[in-house]
Amino acid sequence: MIDFLIQPWSWWFSGLVISAVMFILLFFGKSFGFSANLRTICAASGAGKKVEFFNFDWKKQVWNLVFLIGAVLGGFIAANFLTPEGYVPQIAESTITDLQALGFSAPESIQPGELFSSSQATDPKVWLILAVGGLLVGFGARYAGGCTSGHAISGISDLQIPSIIAVVGFFIGGLVMTFLIFPFIFG
Amino acid sequence: MKFLKYLLVGVVFGIVMTKSEAISWYRIQEMFRFQDFHMYGIIGTAVTLGVIGVALIKKFKMRDVQGNPIMFFPKNKSIARYLIGGTVFGLGWALSGACPGPMVVNIGYGYFMFAVVFLFAIIGTYIYGAIKHRLPH
Repeated sequence: MIDFLIQPWSWWFSGLVISAVMFILLFFGKSFGFSANLRTICAASGAGKKVEFFNFDWKKQVWNLVFLIGAVLGGFIAANFLTPEGYVPQIAESTITDLQALGFSAPESIQPGELFSSSQATDPKVWLILAVGGLLVGFGARYAGGCTSGHAISGISDLQIPSIIAVVGFFIGGLVMTFLIFPFIFG
Repeated sequence: MKFLKYLLVGVVFGIVMTKSEAISWYRIQEMFRFQDFHMYGIIGTAVTLGVIGVALIKKFKMRDVQGNPIMFFPKNKSIARYLIGGTVFGLGWALSGACPGPMVVNIGYGYFMFAVVFLFAIIGTYIYGAIKHRLPH
């Protein structure tokens, strides 16, 4: 059992567990949508006094904040108890080659050290990249009315046209960033 | 205690995001470069099971644990909102390598730089709320 959990999870098992998370939340009377938490955090911080969009009964969303804390704990548990020492994800060779051309060394852990190692915390360019990335995700998720969980998983499971349009948008943005903007930022 | 169950489901979510490597910036790059099936397999499996399950919930008019009918609310009809908002989201997803869920899972994993990404995602949401009335919806 533990051996099964410690090895990298296959795509089909991972997809199965993600859909189970969605169905468990539905049977609890809730809906799976992670980025709603960003709006809740704004509202809970008092943003509703200035901006009408954040003036709602955020206390009804506390369950989702608890889910968020669980997600942090899950990341901690998976990293410390379910990942072998020195584990390196098996990324496609073609991706590694493409990223090397942009100045990224071959993977040594689950994230590139060039962007996410704590030793980069003093590099203003890294901060700018992470800040802009976060801003775009937070702005875009709320503008589109949901993120990967709300649209790509929950919305498409309900065959909603708006979610399909949003996912098309996710890919337009992702492809433009990867193929047109990355060469100017990296490399 | 009534929140404990959400904490546990969140833990499962954090573990599956990590063990599937969906929290990895490399995996998102691999996906947008169409160089591996992995991410498509994950999302495709979740959506296929999701479509079947949601159809069954509707067909058999299933109820949640409190006995209320499980409801699905159609999203407002619009193209601009979803296409523009989705595109902005996609730009950030490819750049930071994480959507909102994986950001916090990464913090738990020990990548504290994701706290910067998450903080700015909150600010991005605030900016949207502040200028919402001026945007096409």
